Amino acid sequence: MLSFILRRLAVAIPTMLILIVISFVLMFAAPGGPFNNDRPLPPEVLANIEARYGLDQPYIVQMTTYVWKVVTQFDFGPSFKYRDQTVNDIIRSGFPVTLVYGFWSFVVAVTVGVSLGVLAALKQNTWIDYLAVGVTVGAQVLPNFVMAPILVLVFTLWLGWLPGGGWNGGQWQYLVMPVIALSTSYMASIARIMRSSMLETLNAGFIRTARAKGLPMRRILWRHAMKPASLPMISYLGPAFVYMITGSVIIDVYFSTGGIGQYFVNSALSRDYSVIMGITILVGALTIGFNLLVDILYAWIDPKIRL
Amino acid sequence: MTFSTILKASTAVTLIAWAGFATAAEVTLAAGEKLAADQTFTYRTLDQITTMDPGMAEDNESGIIIRDLFEGLYNQDGDGNVVPGVALSHTVSEDGLTYTFTLRPEAVWSNGDPVVAADFVYGWRRAASPELASPYSWYISLMGVENADAVIAGEMPTDALGIKAIDDHTLEVRITAPKPYFPQMVTMYTTFPVNQKAVEANPDSWLDPANFVGNGAYVLTENVPAERTVRERNPLYWDNANTVIEKVTSLVINDENQALTRYLAGELDKTEVPTGQYPRLLEEYPTQAVSFPLLCSYYYNVNLTETGNPALQDVRVRQALSLAIDRDIVVNNVLAGGQVPAYSLTHWATAGFEVPTIEAAGMTQADRNAKAVELMTEAGFGPGGEPLTVDILYNTSDAHKTLAVAISQMWKQTLGVETTLANQEWQTFLDARGAQNYQLARAGWCGDYNEASTFLDIMSTASGYNDSKYSNPEYDALLEQAKTAADPAPLYEQAEQILAADLPLIPVYHYASVFMLNDSIRDWPVGNVQQNTYTKDIYKVEAE
Amino acid sequence: MLLSKATTAAVANAADRAQTEGRSLWKDARIRFFRNKAASLAFYVLIAITLFAIFGGYLAHWDNETIDWPLMGNVSELGGPSFENGHYFGVDDLGRDLFARTVQGTRISLLVGIIGALIAVVVGTLYGATSGYYGGRVDSLMMRTVDILMAVPFMFVLILLLVIFGQSILMIFIGIGLISWLDMARIARGQTLTIKNKEFVEAAVATGVRPMNIITRHIVPNLAGIVIVYSTLLIPSMIITESFISFLGLGVQEPDTSLGALISKGASQMQYGVIWQLLFPLFFFIITLFAFFFVGDGLRDALDPKDR
Repeated sequence: MLSFILRRLAVAIPTMLILIVISFVLMFAAPGGPFNNDRPLPPEVLANIEARYGLDQPYIVQMTTYVWKVVTQFDFGPSFKYRDQTVNDIIRSGFPVTLVYGFWSFVVAVTVGVSLGVLAALKQNTWIDYLAVGVTVGAQVLPNFVMAPILVLVFTLWLGWLPGGGWNGGQWQYLVMPVIALSTSYMASIARIMRSSMLETLNAGFIRTARAKGLPMRRILWRHAMKPASLPMISYLGPAFVYMITGSVIIDVYFSTGGIGQYFVNSALSRDYSVIMGITILVGALTIGFNLLVDILYAWIDPKIRL
Repeated sequence: MTFSTILKASTAVTLIAWAGFATAAEVTLAAGEKLAADQTFTYRTLDQITTMDPGMAEDNESGIIIRDLFEGLYNQDGDGNVVPGVALSHTVSEDGLTYTFTLRPEAVWSNGDPVVAADFVYGWRRAASPELASPYSWYISLMGVENADAVIAGEMPTDALGIKAIDDHTLEVRITAPKPYFPQMVTMYTTFPVNQKAVEANPDSWLDPANFVGNGAYVLTENVPAERTVRERNPLYWDNANTVIEKVTSLVINDENQALTRYLAGELDKTEVPTGQYPRLLEEYPTQAVSFPLLCSYYYNVNLTETGNPALQDVRVRQALSLAIDRDIVVNNVLAGGQVPAYSLTHWATAGFEVPTIEAAGMTQADRNAKAVELMTEAGFGPGGEPLTVDILYNTSDAHKTLAVAISQMWKQTLGVETTLANQEWQTFLDARGAQNYQLARAGWCGDYNEASTFLDIMSTASGYNDSKYSNPEYDALLEQAKTAADPAPLYEQAEQILAADLPLIPVYHYASVFMLNDSIRDWPVGNVQQNTYTKDIYKVEAE
Repeated sequence: MLLSKATTAAVANAADRAQTEGRSLWKDARIRFFRNKAASLAFYVLIAITLFAIFGGYLAHWDNETIDWPLMGNVSELGGPSFENGHYFGVDDLGRDLFARTVQGTRISLLVGIIGALIAVVVGTLYGATSGYYGGRVDSLMMRTVDILMAVPFMFVLILLLVIFGQSILMIFIGIGLISWLDMARIARGQTLTIKNKEFVEAAVATGVRPMNIITRHIVPNLAGIVIVYSTLLIPSMIITESFISFLGLGVQEPDTSLGALISKGASQMQYGVIWQLLFPLFFFIITLFAFFFVGDGLRDALDPKDR
């Protein structure tokens, strides 16, 4: 196990480096720079700014300086657009927000998704099953940029129960709508995966044997069926969690949560090079980390899998 | 520098020395009104504030916050007139090159230190310094401060800049050419004082609420990037007695429709009205939907270089395209927020500017269309002639898209001209437009100051913003002449007539500020066409 | 984009059977597929939507770009669905016929889904087959590359691609397709590993057929089952991705539109009394995705008898 983790980590380092290089190349290939404005800057002023941010250096120097700073000081540099802040500041303020509502969305998606999926599988081909399948497919196909404004309209304007957006340090009232909007489609996927793998498991020989022995269904479910049936779902969770974080731009736009998702898109659009790099690296590292975690979890649940 | 701003003698009215100037306006309540108990003001901003550093700021959203947190030599009142700020008055030397400001002795920083002339000297030097590398350092050179260009270029040390503290409360500024408009220019945030001690104590974090030191009516108490900033009354502000609003919160809300929903739910006191929704909102909330002129013009640049469309080099084609735009439909049906049809470049509400009589403006749309078809046929295009296809480039935005679609349909239906629409996101768009990589490109210009030359200078040959690459010596000469003319108005009119004849750009409309404003708020500066707002000047009254 | 390993496994399983059990399986599968009521209904719905997208324009009274001037500026009162003025679905915020725009948007969304999936499948299959066939160091190099690319945040790449090469429908096809071939490559590789030791491949190797020909002539055709199933599941996720791109304003250029663009516009206007601008495109979006999901599930089940 340990050697597996070490091996994976060893691969992760070159992966991150290549990721940095790719992002760097793509970024500088994009037309327009961070200091373009409606009003073109006089050349002397532009020169001062570029010197300040080191953009007057050759690309290769910029890149090595950047990587060096990231590796040795964990310093992602200043933001070009939000001039009062460094990328570290932005990540420090935005990432916890995303993490909090991402975490709760994850919890909701998994609990509701698994329950729905298992329920549908147990009551296969009854109206409960059809309802669950219908609801989950429906939830999966309703774009969250439609759901988000509907939620605000209903809960804020009509019912007046919840604030229409903001974060306010993460009080629960501010969490409800982002969590609903973000978790729905993942919940649906999880339910669908869970249903089909549970069906498969319930048809497997060892479960039939257990039932034949007259064990109560509840016990069979918890003791025997749950673990193997949740394997496919677990492999889905790693990438899903990362997607929840990177795909949260719509949540940030509609609920003004101040999370990292909107920076992800905005920095690419405004060519805020250092923020793009910082977030790409963060997301890349998260992806690698979570995939590793999933593999370990997988091995723990199913000892047959050799790492 | 391309933004020449040498201002005319006609504006020299502002030159009066302001000894006996009234102190800042006091709250005057209308009969039967009384101040509300809740004096908080919450408004929406589109995006995170880029900076709260007066020396670094370059956009209006930042300006709004900075004007609350800091105070410059002079402020603007609700109509955009110059009123005393930290400076009480000034005198100008005979040759008009040396300004001596007298600072008010009672002004203090939020840490208790007095605001002295040296704080302005530090602020200006800092803004111009290559080390800070402010994107707005050019403003110091725009003002014509002595040695500004050399300091910005790093050829001279910052202390060579033409600003000097005579004593604690006397500030001297030397400029290179007379500028009657100079007092107006020092209302700009780039010229605000900065507390050297505070900056040097925390060079990277002096704008954090914990370290913040300002001299404005408010101090920064909370700043959550991409979510909110909160500023609260500064009890040490010299005019604290006349400040009413206790707490100002700006909430970042990217989506304007969401912002409107939240306004209607009572979470905001002010938000922008989404394009086209003003009439409906005005009907439903007559006391809250407001619209007033904003000093910006919307137009299409025509690429006049060889990379442009050859047909568009023919002035008749440009005339025809311009005539065929039904601007009344544009302002009444598409935008519907109190904007005004534009046949000339300079915004109609610009101070001292009389909108010239452009022939096309006086015609009915039917006549315009008929004339457009005629011109098009003359040029050899349209029905029976060569087919014509033009490209419109605009930056990604619903409003620009809507307008481009409507105009393309007008051209198609009136002239049979086909249009290809291309939207690019902002940075790419700027590159393409700046490199003349377009045929027609959407553009908007907001006046830097309230005077016609801020608009007309765009189309001068030397202007960096002349993306049409229009060059007309006669036009340039007129503008040059206007800088020193006793009465520049007729010259501006002639310049507008040249533009209307040559059409290097096709004016579409003049902007308006359109927003929802809590109807208990009083004294919103609707007359300030640049919307340089000061929260200390507004207040809330008790709802009836 | 997110296909679970479960789906992948089931798909692989199905394909496995497809090529081991010979041709009769296709017939079996067809029978099983049409016995599945939901799947066969979805299949007919899909045909109907496709016909709507292709021929719907002939039913329209207006085209997708002409503005009905009298309605413009007063859309919430006059622009609703009406047979009298020929706007069956009402008009959009500018007074353009929503029926014609929905037809055209459906067409674009289907195209993005299908062509995007096609690119993903072609690139992914060839890559995976090559990697699996050669094995050894080539395989491990090619698969590490896939691993690395999978760690690249794909939304960021897509945005940058659209920014660098300009927004065009072609770029959206390529962008979405190129990003989603990674899963396909992995599946194809896995399958190839099991196929490459089969007699017919060994025979081809023995008779000196060049490796590239073996891959394209012998291996790729045997991946057909898996490819079909995977595609039907990939298409809806492509359509969803396109709708997100449109939401960001980076989608197709006006006057063209897509369902995603129509929906995001309609959603932004929903409190302004023009709810039809959201409901009609949303209806087509949802039933299209529903149909693809059910057809995909149906195909998977049909090709994988164990599940039933």
